[in-house]
Amino acid sequence: MEELNLKLKIWRQPGPNQKGDFVAYKVNGLNTHMSFLEMLDVLNEQLVNLGQDPVAFDHDCREGICGMCSMVINGKPHGPQKGTTTCQLHMRHFNNGDTITIEPWRAKPFPVLKDLIVDRSSFDRIIQAGGYVSVNTGSAPDGNSIPIGKEIAEDAFDAAACIGCGACVAACKNASASLFVSAKVSQLALLPQGQPEREERVVKMVSKMDEEGFGHCTNTGACEAECPKEISLEYIRKLNWEYHRSNIKG
Amino acid sequence: MKTYFTSTLFRKTLASLSGVFLVLFLAGHLAGNLQLFIPGEAGQKQFNEYAFFMTTNPVVNLLSIITYSAIILHVLLTFYLTIQSRNARPVKYAVSSGTTNSSWASNNMAVLGTLLLIFLVIHLRSFWYEMHFGSIEKDIWGKKDLYTVTVSAFHELWYVSIYVISMVVLGLHLKHGLESAFQTLGFRTRKYSSSIKAITTGLVLLIPITFASIPIFIYIKNI
Amino acid sequence: MILDNKIPEGPLADKWTNYKAKVPLVSPSNKRRLEVIIIGTGLAGASAAASLAEMGYKVKAFCFQDSPRRAHSIAAQGGINAAKNYQNDGDSVYRLFYDTIKGGDYRSREANVYRLAEVSSSIIDQCVAQGVPFAREYGGTLDNRSFGGVQVSRTFYARGQTGQQLLLGAYSALSRQISKGNVQMFNRHEMLDIVKIEGKARGVIVRNLITGEYQRHFGHAVVLATGGYGNVYYLSTNAMGSNVTASWRAHKKGAMFANPCYTQIHPTCIPVSGEYQSKLTLMSESLRNDGRIWVPRKKGDNRAGIDIPEEDRDYYLERRYPAFGNLVPRDVASRAAKERCDAGYGVGSTGLAVYLDFEDAIKRLGKDVVSSRYGNLFEMYEKITGENPYKMPMRIFPAVHYTMGGLWVDYDLMTTVPGLYAIGECNFSDHGANRLGASALMQGLADGYFVLPYTLGKYLSEDIRTPAISTDHEEFEKAEKKTKDQVKRLLENNGNRSVESYHRELGKIVWDYCGMSRNKKELKSAIEEIKVIKNDFWNNVLVPGEDNVINPELTKAGRVADFIELGELMMRDALARDESCGGHFREEHQTGEGEAMRDDAKFAFTSAWEFNSENKDPILNKEVLEFENVQLTQRSYK
Repeated sequence: MEELNLKLKIWRQPGPNQKGDFVAYKVNGLNTHMSFLEMLDVLNEQLVNLGQDPVAFDHDCREGICGMCSMVINGKPHGPQKGTTTCQLHMRHFNNGDTITIEPWRAKPFPVLKDLIVDRSSFDRIIQAGGYVSVNTGSAPDGNSIPIGKEIAEDAFDAAACIGCGACVAACKNASASLFVSAKVSQLALLPQGQPEREERVVKMVSKMDEEGFGHCTNTGACEAECPKEISLEYIRKLNWEYHRSNIKG
Repeated sequence: MKTYFTSTLFRKTLASLSGVFLVLFLAGHLAGNLQLFIPGEAGQKQFNEYAFFMTTNPVVNLLSIITYSAIILHVLLTFYLTIQSRNARPVKYAVSSGTTNSSWASNNMAVLGTLLLIFLVIHLRSFWYEMHFGSIEKDIWGKKDLYTVTVSAFHELWYVSIYVISMVVLGLHLKHGLESAFQTLGFRTRKYSSSIKAITTGLVLLIPITFASIPIFIYIKNI
Repeated sequence: MILDNKIPEGPLADKWTNYKAKVPLVSPSNKRRLEVIIIGTGLAGASAAASLAEMGYKVKAFCFQDSPRRAHSIAAQGGINAAKNYQNDGDSVYRLFYDTIKGGDYRSREANVYRLAEVSSSIIDQCVAQGVPFAREYGGTLDNRSFGGVQVSRTFYARGQTGQQLLLGAYSALSRQISKGNVQMFNRHEMLDIVKIEGKARGVIVRNLITGEYQRHFGHAVVLATGGYGNVYYLSTNAMGSNVTASWRAHKKGAMFANPCYTQIHPTCIPVSGEYQSKLTLMSESLRNDGRIWVPRKKGDNRAGIDIPEEDRDYYLERRYPAFGNLVPRDVASRAAKERCDAGYGVGSTGLAVYLDFEDAIKRLGKDVVSSRYGNLFEMYEKITGENPYKMPMRIFPAVHYTMGGLWVDYDLMTTVPGLYAIGECNFSDHGANRLGASALMQGLADGYFVLPYTLGKYLSEDIRTPAISTDHEEFEKAEKKTKDQVKRLLENNGNRSVESYHRELGKIVWDYCGMSRNKKELKSAIEEIKVIKNDFWNNVLVPGEDNVINPELTKAGRVADFIELGELMMRDALARDESCGGHFREEHQTGEGEAMRDDAKFAFTSAWEFNSENKDPILNKEVLEFENVQLTQRSYK
């Protein structure tokens, strides 16, 4: 089995209001079957054994669904492999002797908390602004009383597959959250359950996105290209449409 | 609704609409320019009459004002939005993903736009300013001889070069801008996206190439 | 101590209806004054927080992740069961109840399971109304698939991401209540202790994981929805952050821990590839519908799987269980794989894997059909292993996946500490000794949406005169000090071994001795080994950094300390349960053919362990399981 020796350049920042900088590390003898995060585990165990502060990074499920892991690897959110989160990226995609630069998501609404950990609560606040159907527990009609065509359901699912990791914001040159917002707006605008609040929802979520300080969308398509769930730009188109529509309908 | 008109998305929409209007303007402008292909005195006569019409007709004047406003609006809005985006990422990345996930043009619209603005200033100074405020000579039919001003400008290699390069810049700017406008306005649905792509690609090639062909034609004819 | 399970009187089918009809209510004006603390925001926690807030209670919810949307419920793939009978295949509440009791190998409480089956149908309605994009038929109605261990098609699903979609539904309901100010949400906060005042749970001590700040929060009741403890094995399909700390600290404050040795080991996971491995990835059990499981017939056959001819392959599940073949229940499939690997027939570099082969399926159905059914799973496999399953057989091995054990709760889902509730995977209630596929999501949401909101009202209706207690109360003071002292001790220990190394060592012991099969001798020695680890941990652990910043090592150290103690209790429980049942397989109790053998005469009870004190052995209390509606039989899949 091939062994990897790597040089890492990692963003280290002790706290939210402190200055950060890149620090160089070496990790040797890595196995190519490791995941990227397991490679960082190896580095961290080295650091801990030296009594040094390990690199802080967000991660949880390590199977590509929770959306917690968030790092920019050599300029690309979640690294070089398409449709893959950092935790599912494996070291066989790197070469012996490579230098890998690891940075946190960079955006004003995602302030760095420590090293590679950023605060993404702005996403929660956008959902709180209207990313739901107002239905109380117990008041729902029978599931089959609202028929939904297979294609509509599939389309809504494609949008709903968003894991809220923030890679779209990280990838966008404008740090726009349009793909994230559009995924939720589209899911609920497509389904009959979302109709009663359709206009109100899009206006509230879009203004919240502005208020949080995200940039605007210039349709570069970088978000779609880097999204680990490959959410389509079509939903941004739909978001724009829904937004204009809400104004026309008043 | 108040939030609609104060939102970034609305500003963005205005920028798209003004952009689309300017593309229409370019198409009109191009149609006028085609008269420069008419050889000899006939071409001179027709072009100068056309220039006279375009500067004196009240409807055209109104259109001109709209065009100036569209340009100013487009510049101000995109400038504002660009600044806003810069602010959204106060700390830049050390390593950039470059063009691995998006086209060069889409990432450099502000640079392309600024270049176009510079070209516009040169262009306006050469022709528009001369026509309106310059001491331009009259042709034998008594109209301001913009034709001669234009043709002699296109006899200069440096001027033709700037013009042609600017048309490349225009092409790149339009390539992203026009498709992007359809997306921003919400028209680029899955069903229409391929037709929209075909139409925009066609326009994006047609407009700058035809514009550029005129000075090249005049320059070569003069050699 | 006598365990009162508070099961309502009356026939099984009427118990919940009668309960709901008679349960005391709390008036709206009183609800506004009553504060409820909810720890954890997975399916159970988020659904409970949203429902209680809708009802008018003042809710505070806490999660250790950066957002409630990230809880590990999100990773559930397959689906959620409900007795809707949309397929007209004879399904009913009773059948779902019966399948669950039988699947759990007759070690769960009838009344709870029946209620679960009863409310299952409302869960689907609720989730549909929230906009969960369930799979649909062309006519627009909800689609179903079938799952292991049952004869009807009652599983609702959203591609392979059902857990994600259900959690996002609950998260959206929670978000709505947060925006209305009815729920106060605390992300990146970890619960470190329960505060008991006059015998009742009255609050919690939490630590802000960003600033390290310790906070005291009062609640008229405290609800734990903190998930399972599978990470005691170090390697499991749980998320890295999944932990037992909240449950364990509640246990030490008087909540009994039930059936800790009941753990579910899922047969189709991607095998371990090396020492560095941090977690295991599950692949949906649906793969067993078309894939065939085999090992080489010859020991140490090191040819590549694809080069081994048909006659040299042993399709051991089809051989041993001709009736069910590759579709035997999870525990049976897992044990059979272990048996082959232990006997030296395992494949791959570690010898701890078996083949799951689609060669026949591709021949029979064509690559396109196989791809449409399993494409995303194959893709995931290739991402992780770098091998193409269309070309060579996949390698799989069982992995810890779910824990049926958890805090003991009564019919009201209240633990043995008054005012302290446990819902979802962190309680022990519904799955007995083995959980059926697609039932975890059902239970989490049943508890949160439809059970707790009623049962909590019963307790709180007696508490309407209790004013909010100041967090300056000496019990808060004491609990906070105790927590801080432990943290201080960890940081000042200055030892020479990383937390991770202890966790790995513990995990190996628990896996080896309390994994797919257990025996008396090893369990006894494991108890001693874990005691040694515990002692070593507190003397030699090295936790760098400080308390007042983000310090993942410190957080992990506290969790591993609790896992060590839990590990010991699991061994004790497995030792005390001198029978085989469901996921608990005692080598001493098997048939001649190696199948599990229950001992209903002696062990038809729930083990509820009571914490004694740091240096004394825990006390075993028994809740006898009475079966009035089903007949106990030996499971057979031959």
